[in-house]
Amino acid sequence: MNHLGEEDLILHYYGEDDDPSEAGRHLEECSECRSLFASLQSALDAVDCAPVPERDAEYGARVWRRIESRLESRPKPWLWSNPWRWAAAGVAFAGLLAAAFLAGRFLPGRPAPAVAADSQVRERILLVAVGDYLERSQMVLIELANANSSGGLDISAQQARAEDLVSETRLYRQTAARTGDGAVAGLLEELERVLVDITHEPARLSPEAVDKLRERLQSEGILFKIRVLGSKVQREEAPDEPSARQKL
Amino acid sequence: MEQTDAALVGQARAGDPDAFRLLVERHARSLFGLAYRMTGNESDAEDVVQESFLRAYRQLKSFDQRASFGTWLYRIAVNSSLDLVRSRRRRMEVFAPAGDDAADPVAEAPSGNPGPERLVLSGEIWQRVAGGMARLSPTERAAFVLRHFEGMRIEELSRVLGCQPGAARHSVFRAVQKLRRALEPAVGTVK
Repeated sequence: MNHLGEEDLILHYYGEDDDPSEAGRHLEECSECRSLFASLQSALDAVDCAPVPERDAEYGARVWRRIESRLESRPKPWLWSNPWRWAAAGVAFAGLLAAAFLAGRFLPGRPAPAVAADSQVRERILLVAVGDYLERSQMVLIELANANSSGGLDISAQQARAEDLVSETRLYRQTAARTGDGAVAGLLEELERVLVDITHEPARLSPEAVDKLRERLQSEGILFKIRVLGSKVQREEAPDEPSARQKL
Repeated sequence: MEQTDAALVGQARAGDPDAFRLLVERHARSLFGLAYRMTGNESDAEDVVQESFLRAYRQLKSFDQRASFGTWLYRIAVNSSLDLVRSRRRRMEVFAPAGDDAADPVAEAPSGNPGPERLVLSGEIWQRVAGGMARLSPTERAAFVLRHFEGMRIEELSRVLGCQPGAARHSVFRAVQKLRRALEPAVGTVK
């Protein structure tokens, strides 16, 4: 007898399984799955105990009064209205960057404790950013891996997102390499290669090309590796598990 | 007879502010519920509601009138919430010392003013739910809130989140798994 997996049970709970009657029959016959389903039901029913503060019937009118004045004749921000200003802003920003770079190179360094504190803050910011980045990369790859490709597949949207992610990957990979996180740097390098290859594919893939891409994702186990790293990063981020910090 | 959303959107696009007012009055409460579930506190939820209507008004011209105004508005509210939650997470990481539970924006229990009996009965569970929700990534949180609390089907919530149904389903699975683990000691065993 094939038991129902956790994902099947979740879909059944929400009434989104392909064949609810089949799952229902199985649950009637199989006490093991029935007990797992009961446990899932209790957990999800318990989530409903989280209260939401009520808003009265006049709430909409109050929201309208708050936003009404902001809807009328909003002038465009000065920057948008003139392309020359864009150029000026770009030059000013480049100047600031150069000044910051030179200041960093030539001004005397800060005392050691401040540097240590800064490095901890940077490390935590990097962790949050990497977690978010991994999730977005994973979404792109999952979309490609799960897409229905029978009539070919338009991947232009995923390519655009992969392109944005590539430059981020480089930044995080270099930072990880600098901070001595060899495993993270290695995975990010692997991920970067996959993302770059996706951006180089034609915008419309044939069913065969989609299958090939899927096989590659599967054989390299890239999704699995991202998940593992993602959960490590989440453990690092978790405020009540400081001991996990040493594991990454 | 009450006008449909589509009719009101048409009038608002033609420059009738009263039509947009009716849309705000019609959708504000449900949008607040969504924003509250997404952000975890009233003040942020209020900001998200206002920001969402302002964004909707600015983008009204680009709204495809064949689509559902409610779904479109939800999408805007989800994006506003995600922006806020992400920026808040970054701010917290910068300003809060590591390991400071109180600094977790979502783990702070919302002020639902429960009575003492309810506190005793469901206090532990509610704390675990809040803690579990705080562990979800912004996308998982959005997917779970839309599926579980808003009753949106995965196909529809994938449109709201702007991703493929497979990815949306995956986010719901991960959210449920994390919440089950968070609730395990209080409500049952997770295999």
